[in-house]
Order: sequence, then structure tokens, then C-alpha cells
Amino acid sequence: MTKERFSLQGQKAVYHVTIGLEVHAQIASRAKLFSSAPTAFGAAPNTQVTFVDAGFPGMLPVLNKKCVEQAAKTSLGLRGTLNKTSYFDRKNYFYPDLPQGYQITQFYKPIMEKGHLTIFREDGTEKVIRVNRLHIEQDAGKSLHDRDPNFSVIDLNRAGVGLMEIVSEPDLFSPEEAGTYVRTLRNLLVTLGTSDGNMEEGSLRVDANVSVAPIGDPLGTRVEIKNLNSVRFMQQAILYEAQRQISALESGNKVAQETRLYDTIKKETRAMRSKEDAQEYRYFPDPDLPPLVLDDTWVEELTQTLPELPDDKRARLQKETGLSLYDISVLMGDLSVLAFFEKALSLRDQATPKALANWVMSDFMAAANRLDGALNAHHFSPQHLVGIVEMVATDTLSGKMAKVVFEEAWETGEKPAVIVEKKGLVQISSTEELLPVIDALLEEEKQKVAAYKGGQEKLFGYFVGQLMKRTKGQANPGILNKLLKERLS
Amino acid sequence: MRKRLKRLTLRQTAKNLQEGTLSATELAEHFLEKIQADVFNAFITVHPEILLEQAKEADLRIKRQENRPLEGLPIAIKDNICTKDVRMTAASRILDTFAPPYEATVTERLWNAGALLLGKTNLDEFAMGSTTATSAFGPTKNPWHSLKAPKQDLVPGGSSGGSAAAVSGELALAALGTDTGGSIRQPAAFCGITGIKPTYGRCSRFGIVPLASSLDQVGPMTHSVEDAAWLLEFMAGHDEKDATTSAQSVPKYTRAVGQSIKGLRIGIPEEYRTNDMDSALQSFWEQGAEWLKEAGAEIKKVSLPHTHCAVKTYTVICGAEASSNLARFDGVRYGLRASEKNLHDLYTKTRDAGFGTEVKRRILMGTYLTSKSSHEAYFEKAQKVRRLIYNDFVNTFHDVDVILTPTAPTGAFPLNKIPNDPTTLYLNDVFTVPINLAGLPAISVPAALNAEGLPLSLQLVGRAFDEETLFKTAAVLEKCAVFPRAGWEDK
Repeated sequence: MTKERFSLQGQKAVYHVTIGLEVHAQIASRAKLFSSAPTAFGAAPNTQVTFVDAGFPGMLPVLNKKCVEQAAKTSLGLRGTLNKTSYFDRKNYFYPDLPQGYQITQFYKPIMEKGHLTIFREDGTEKVIRVNRLHIEQDAGKSLHDRDPNFSVIDLNRAGVGLMEIVSEPDLFSPEEAGTYVRTLRNLLVTLGTSDGNMEEGSLRVDANVSVAPIGDPLGTRVEIKNLNSVRFMQQAILYEAQRQISALESGNKVAQETRLYDTIKKETRAMRSKEDAQEYRYFPDPDLPPLVLDDTWVEELTQTLPELPDDKRARLQKETGLSLYDISVLMGDLSVLAFFEKALSLRDQATPKALANWVMSDFMAAANRLDGALNAHHFSPQHLVGIVEMVATDTLSGKMAKVVFEEAWETGEKPAVIVEKKGLVQISSTEELLPVIDALLEEEKQKVAAYKGGQEKLFGYFVGQLMKRTKGQANPGILNKLLKERLS
Repeated sequence: MRKRLKRLTLRQTAKNLQEGTLSATELAEHFLEKIQADVFNAFITVHPEILLEQAKEADLRIKRQENRPLEGLPIAIKDNICTKDVRMTAASRILDTFAPPYEATVTERLWNAGALLLGKTNLDEFAMGSTTATSAFGPTKNPWHSLKAPKQDLVPGGSSGGSAAAVSGELALAALGTDTGGSIRQPAAFCGITGIKPTYGRCSRFGIVPLASSLDQVGPMTHSVEDAAWLLEFMAGHDEKDATTSAQSVPKYTRAVGQSIKGLRIGIPEEYRTNDMDSALQSFWEQGAEWLKEAGAEIKKVSLPHTHCAVKTYTVICGAEASSNLARFDGVRYGLRASEKNLHDLYTKTRDAGFGTEVKRRILMGTYLTSKSSHEAYFEKAQKVRRLIYNDFVNTFHDVDVILTPTAPTGAFPLNKIPNDPTTLYLNDVFTVPINLAGLPAISVPAALNAEGLPLSLQLVGRAFDEETLFKTAAVLEKCAVFPRAGWEDK
């Protein structure tokens, strides 16, 4: 089942949107790509810079093996073709945050080509997004223009940090798909441990290429929107840009191929300060670095160290739990939630995976979202959840009471069994216990019983309500109903 | 003192120091006095007080018999090689008073062996040139003069002209130079001393301002083949700070000196015999072959068919890499900075004021040759031709072990007669340039004086990492030639 493609209504036609994303993910490593400087976020300016990073005379780049490992792992996760031999090239241009006057990147032959990432859309359908390439390159330093009225200041801490540039094909057709793609990709990177994927800290940045065309027409001119640092802003920017392009086209203008930035306050894209001419980067192989050759044995060993990939996990969970792909995608949306769920699954006995999943997706996630700190540091553990759901499964606890126990356990960290014991919340399911209560009520309400028997069927609900009160809500609803019916017939 | 030091090689001086017939302080004082006069303009920077301090310490170590192999020996270093906390200019205004806070690997190895920094020598700006006349600190003069015009100043060659003149002019016992297209060998030839460009990857380039990263190598410039072999033993070897260095072990090169070359096959490349080759040069070259034959070698004709492409190929590749390597000199982090109100002006005014004409010419050319419109036809094509030039050598070395050629087409020429046309000047390098393209080792040995009484040298080219064969063969030439050391003094 394929969903109908997203479209935007213009004044003169209906348009399709085409999006390609270039994701820059900082490589998780202690040192930079070609120097020994640390990469930790948040250090004081220019304290994590070697002379190599600062482009001093006679300095030379030396490749950090860990960075290659991380990129290769990511490539395997993207199911791409790992190029056994790849090269480093110089991308030449002048800017103060680029000390060498060139960026070392991989232009001609990247480490990976032809990968893909499967995304799961809200409606439960899946879509395969092709990944054109993944290459390794240096990050630039930071330029800050607002610290001084007369000067821009440069912080080189970030200069030379390793990046993986992951370029998708223009297979994304809506802001929603783009958002899902970024989240899915980020998930993969964090699962593999190859990037922190933290957009707020800048360890994940996205450039979006957007074009529009009337349905059926060939692709329009694409515009690049640079440096989007949150999924939400990216989606806003894509939507705005698509609409802007539609307006332009419908006014009889051409869409200029250019680079734009998204203004998050004005909520619009605007052209970057144009450089005099288009920059020519004059790419050529960097003569300071030999070709990057990956050993077959090394690749094989690396493959062994990979954790379960999200795709495989999704398939496995579906097989094991019978949950829908959508349910599983929701659970996989947050790695700590997923970890919690998987642990709970491993502890279950009578509780069904579906029941556990429902609990996680509703009460649990609602509570987790309100949590200030880390989920795995909180005192409510998978054992707690399983405890509750098991009791529901064995009819020891009613659904209603289970919610009460959940809240208490969440707040206090107390074991569910203990809470139930202390509060006397055990569901009353036995006939011996319930019948006397029913009989007592019916004895007291002789008039209402007669009325019920006379035809006022709505009084059944009244009886149930009263019985629930008298049993402090602990009566097993199903059994109560059955016994009450029997008694009233 | 002068009498004692006259004509001593580095090795002999080291022996004297060890035996106590000479002190490091005397040695340092001797050279500092001469450098003070510096009639050749061979030096850019000297720190006499520091050198004397270090010489004193060296003497103490020698006395305590704690001396290391090169203890107390002062070496001159070309000023594109970074020596810690000493001003490094690359003979350019753009570095201003920059002093690197780090040491080049090759010099660190020399200092660790006890050698001392004599001073930083003059060069063509950023090593771009073959005359040393493009230096922002004025040209260096060749110690030699033509018999025909004894008052006329001659070029020492380039770009390592300062190092060559210093050694030749007896201002230094030995020096380091760098060679991208002949910049050690050609000035060594013009000044009548020995110079070797090792195999690409033999010595570390860390701390050396790059001209063309895939062509540059640092090497010793000395009075004797043995001295060059000795210094190379310390300099060579893998460096983890330079990804282009080889892990191949470093042999004791000095052992090669004096070995027999019986049965060695010497190749004479036909294509090097240009149509307009001076007949005297031709005879000189043949004499070299004759000497080697008499020592038991076999002389063979060989062919390097793509020789005629070498200068153009080199010009393209060198220009391309240089244009990128020099991008970092932008006034932002060190060196000269024009005070300007916007970024564009900061860049353009700094680089305009800081770079000389030849540097600008090569940057512009290199930029153009790698731009979209020229990339394929020039840069990529040059890389392909480079492969062919390399293959020529690989094929030739199936049949021979060493190739013999003259180092330069002529002897040193007058300072005021430097060709205006850069292309003519570039053709000076016709014998040396192919070797850098192929990454092979080559040594230049002074072997005779031409009709004007100026030095002529022979070049030996070897297989990659086979410097031993070069030293072995060069030693034979040296022995046969009996070249008059500091013969310029008698003019």
C-alpha cells in the first residue's frame, strides 16, 4: 500500500515537492580527523587547536583511524558499498574559519556509495530512501559576528573535527518524510555510536535541497537551504521554501539556483549574502595523504562489532511480538524508551507483548516525557512495569487500579506488589468474595431491583457503580458484571 | 684556526672535536666571524649568542665523553625549514617576524644527535626559483666567479642558493636544502659542492614549508659524498607526523662510500642529449661515464621517452599544489597582516604586499590550471603524463642500476643576466625535474670546471630507496674528479 504523494496547491496548479538532504554528522571520536586535538563540545574558545588545525607553516595532516572506523561502521549500517580504496581531496576556498585555505574532503571517490535508509511514515507505510554517498571530511571553525562591532571573531575548536557527510538522493517528497528521515538517520548513528547526533549542540546539521514542479512535470530548479539545526525548523523551512518557489513560478518568474538560510524568527528563507562569483573549489587529490585502503579482514571484524541495526531490530521485534510496524516504529523512536521496552519484554511471563507495548506507548511515555532527567536514571524500572502488567494479565489487578499503581510506582519507585498490598488494591475476582457484596446491595436496594426487573435496564449501571464503590474499585469488572447479571435474573 | 679548518669535511671535523684538537666553541667562533662579513648574503638569520652557548655546552659534553655523534657540529638550515623559536621567513615578507613554536622532524633528529644550528640560509621566495634572486632579502652571490669576468656576480643557483653558497663559501661545514625540481642539486652544481635529493618519502616533510607536496624532499648539501651520506643517516626514516614517509629501514649510508662498483650498470639516457647541447658539456658527461667504466661499471644507452614532457608536467603540478599550499598565508593567524576593514581587502592587501612577483605568478598559474576550464586539459593530463615519466624510469631500471646525466645544462650565469622570460628559466631544470616527478633519489657531484672556470657537476639517479648505490657511485666520481674545493679562492 503506497500512500498518495504529498502535494501543495498553488493558484494555477498542484505541485509536487522534491527534497534531497545532506546531513553532516560529527564523528564520535576523542580526537580530530587529522590532528590530535580533542573534540569535546563546550570548551573555551581556541583551547582545542593544534598547529595542524590552525594551518601553521609546515604542518601536515595525519589520519585518525578511529574516524575511519566510525565512518565505515555507518556505511555498513546504511547497507552501502564500502569502497575498499577511497581518496582525500582538497576543496580550496578562502574563509577565516578555514585555516589551511582548503578543506580536506572526499570528492572524487568517497568511502561509501549506494546505501539506503528505510523510513516509516505516520500511516504505517514504509519507504526506502536511497543514500548516494557517505564521505569523510573536516569541519570548519566557527565565525562569530556579533561579539564586537568592528571585528568578527574566530573559534577554531571545531576546525578539523571529523564529519560524515551523508547525501540522500532526492527521494523525499514532504516535510514529514524529511523529518522522519533525519530522525531515522540520527537513530542509526546513535545506535551505532558513530555520532552523538545532537542537533542543538551542532553535532548533526542538515542542508536541504528543495525544488517544486507541477504534477507530472520534470524536476524544478533546486534551492539549497543551509545549516538547519533542528528537525522542526527544517520542516518549516522546507514548507516555506516550497511555497515561495510556487509563488515565484506562478508569478512568471524563474526559481534561481542559489543557497539560502532559514530565519527561525521571521520564519522565512532568504538568500545568503552572495559572493561575487560562484566559488570554484578546484578539487584535486590531497598530496599529503595516501589513498585510504580498507583491509578485508578489518572490514569483516568491524562488521562483527556492529550492534543490531534498526532495520533488523524492527523485523525481529515484529516477528517476536506480533506488533504492528507502526507500533514498533513508535517504540523505536526513542532509544531509551526502546531499551526499556526490550528489557520489559525479556522479563515478561503472562503479560503479552501487545499489552506491554500499549502501556509503554501510553502511560509510560507520557510520564517519561514529563521527566526532567535521564530515563535510565529514574527509579521506575522495566521490572516495575512488568510487575504491573503481569498483575493485570493474571486478573490480580484491574485496569483502573493498575493506573493508580503505575502513578504511585512512578513517583516513589516502590515495587508494584508492595503498593498493591499496602493499599489493598488487589482485584477481587473470586465469586466467594463478590457474591456477599452483591447480595448485600441488592438486599438494601429492593426497590431499585424491582424497578430494574420491571424494565429500567439503566439501573444496572447504577448497581455496578455502587458495587465498585463498596469494593473500593477493586472488583473485577468482568466477573462482577457476570455475577450481578446472574443475581438479577 | 682558519688554516686548521681549511678543507676539513664534516666527518673530519667531528673526529677533531672528539679527539680534542678542536673545540666546538672555536668552531662556532670561526664560522660566526665569517658569517658576520657574509659577503655572499647567504644567511637571513643568525643567533650568535645562542650558538656560542650551545657550543660551550657541547664542549662540556665532549669533555665528559658524553658526546653524541654530531656533537658540536654547526649546520646551516635553509630558511623554509622550521627551527623552534627562530624566525622563519621562507625568504618572504608575508611571514614577517614569524618564529615557529615547533621544530621540523629532520632538524630535531640532527639536534638530538648533538648538531647545532648555525643559521638560516637564503632561498628563492617560498623555494620558487633556480637563482635565489627572488628572495625578499636580496640575492645570494655565488662564491665562484667566471675567469672571463672576475668582477661579475653570479647566481648560486636556487632555490637552496643560500645553503649552497654558505657551504661552498666556507661559511658552513654543511647545510640542509630542499628540492622540488632541482633546488638542491642545481645550486650544489653551480657552487661546486655535493647535494642529494633523497627518495620521496625518505625524509619527513613535517615542519618544512611545502612548495609542492608530492615533489618536495629535504636533503644535505656538503663538501663530500661521505658527509652527505652521514647526515642522511640521521635525517632519514619514518615519521608519524608525516603520512607520506616510508617505513623502510634506514641503512648506514656511509658504508656505501668506498665500495666497489664493479659490474654496476650505468644508464646514459639518449633524450637528455639535447640538440643544442654544448659540446664541452657533452665531453664532460662522457668523461664521467669513462671514470665509472674504468672503475668496473658497465655503460649502457637507455631511453626515457617522455623526458621532453617533464618541464611542462612539473610546471603544472608544482603550480597547482603550490597555489593550494600557499593559501594559508592570509594574514589571519600569523605573519604580515594588512590592516583593513573588510575580509576581502585583508586577504588581497596582505597577499599583495607579502608575496613577490614570482610567487604571485605561480599562484595565479596554479589556480588557473586547476580551475574548471583547465582542470582536465592541464592538471589531470599532467598527472597522467607524470605516470608515464615514472614508468620510463621503472622500465629503465630493469636494465641499469644508476642513470648518469649532467646536473645542469650550463655553469652559473650572471646575476644581472637572469632571463626575463620565466619559461627560459624553467628550462634550466630540464635534467633535474623528471626525477622529482618520479620520486626517485638523485645526487649531484662536482666533477670539473668549464671553460670559464666554473663548476660543472654530474647527476646520478637511482632506484627508489637505493641511496646506497648513489653514494657508492658518487664516491667513485668524487675520487676521480678531484674537484678543487673552494677553488674560487684562487681566482
